[in-house]
Amino acid sequence: MNLYSRRVLTNRVGIVLSMVAMSFGLIALMWILWTLFYNGFAALSWDFFTQDTPAPGSEGGGLRNAIVGSLMIIGVTTLVSTPIGILAGIYLAEFGTTSRFAAATRFVTDIMLSAPSIVVGLFVYALAVATLGGFSGWSGSLALSLIAIPVVVRTTENMLLLVPTALREAAFAVGAPRWQVSLKVTLRAVKAGVVTGILLAIARVTGETAPLLFTALNNQFFSTDMSQPMGNLPVVIFQFAMSPYDNWVSLAWGGALLIALFVLGINILARVMFRKKSSD
Amino acid sequence: MSAPQRLADGEAILAIRDLNFFYGDFRGLIDVSLDIATNKVTAFIGPSGCGKSTLLRTFNRMYDLYPGQRAEGQINFHGKNLLDKKQDVNLVRAKIGMVFQKPTPFPMTIYENIAFGVRLYEKLPKSEMDDRVEWALRKAAIWEETKDKLQQSGLSLSGGQQQRLCIARTIAVKPEIVLLDEPTSALDPISTAKIEELIDELKSDYTIAIVTHNMQQAARISDFTAFMYLGELVEFGKTDNLFVKPQKQQTEDYITGRFG
Repeated sequence: MNLYSRRVLTNRVGIVLSMVAMSFGLIALMWILWTLFYNGFAALSWDFFTQDTPAPGSEGGGLRNAIVGSLMIIGVTTLVSTPIGILAGIYLAEFGTTSRFAAATRFVTDIMLSAPSIVVGLFVYALAVATLGGFSGWSGSLALSLIAIPVVVRTTENMLLLVPTALREAAFAVGAPRWQVSLKVTLRAVKAGVVTGILLAIARVTGETAPLLFTALNNQFFSTDMSQPMGNLPVVIFQFAMSPYDNWVSLAWGGALLIALFVLGINILARVMFRKKSSD
Repeated sequence: MSAPQRLADGEAILAIRDLNFFYGDFRGLIDVSLDIATNKVTAFIGPSGCGKSTLLRTFNRMYDLYPGQRAEGQINFHGKNLLDKKQDVNLVRAKIGMVFQKPTPFPMTIYENIAFGVRLYEKLPKSEMDDRVEWALRKAAIWEETKDKLQQSGLSLSGGQQQRLCIARTIAVKPEIVLLDEPTSALDPISTAKIEELIDELKSDYTIAIVTHNMQQAARISDFTAFMYLGELVEFGKTDNLFVKPQKQQTEDYITGRFG
């Protein structure tokens, strides 16, 4: 076999192997999505959005309480983690580039990024739930915030580090103090990237189940009281999917579809925002 | 080592004496002493790495942003040493503005680009701010091109227009000195000509210090020229004298293109 045909053969083998690997991943993904859409769409109905989770053995029911609960918990999480995350990111990129405190913050943030979410849930349980007397929507938001903040911190810092030195110097050159340079010039220059980071953080916490098991718990009834246990989609899915009742299992599929579509929507939004800004 | 190179005539707005600059352990400027004349254009020329930009960046303490960089000596401005630790750096920068090599419009509207710096030190009512923005844009010869799109992003302008916007932004703060760090090296010849004309007009109101690696540009626009080499000020004098009758061999070699 000459050199050329040996190379052709190696090339073919390489292509075949990578195609097999790709189809393995793609088939798994398609299978998951197909099952989710097939079972999920079957569960969607008017009742699905207007009725609350049914009691064991009763017919029908919907996920209104869980949907509203999830939106509230995630909403509060966003409101808490956005300012904290952005400010910490600004600190790391603009103020504490060389300080030891910043290095420690960066290290802890990296650990938090990869910390198992169940550990975060357990921590908040021990910190807030066990001591303050009970499960609540607030503690759910607290647990999710601990997961979202590192994501926002890291994206904000990384985006700010991409700002050209010349732009930063130019802002200082008109006599602006550091905080104005950070808030009004460099942060504004990377606005799209930072918003993308926030959206991705929301997407990340939307499907988190473990932290909510210990904190928001669940609530069979409709409630907007954040100081009480609160219904939420991930925990409802977790409980209903393993139940013996057909209508519960069906609702779990519907809830899973809802979360998947929400996360998909956020990801698309993030991509569109980032692309629009980058092409300016 | 070199004696202060004083001006024959004219009043000095900046008096630099025995200035040394350090990047960590590396000495980027060695005993530099010279005067910058009021309402004149002073050009700094020399090969890459000779310290001309470093010198310019000591005038507004830009190096302060970077730990490990420090300056020693004196830069006297209205009787005060700018290098003094107690000096309010932001105030210095408002009085001594700077325009950079690459145009750096802020990510905001054209109007806001100008107003941003003004707001830092003056509380102006809306109408006065409008006047100031127009004044600065007119001064920088860019009013005609921008008057109908003040609310558009500064990034929507062409490179040459962006650079004039940056000059407008700098003079809007009403500084006494404008530092230009190779302001035309990223621009096309027509934009360059416009900026050079502008510099000539601005010198009646401002003192201008410009770093350029283009000797013809220095010869065209400056009143005084400083030639620097390896961190030292080799020769400083009236532009006409320096280019026609250089006193030092090194200067002659550089301006006749034998090195650099």
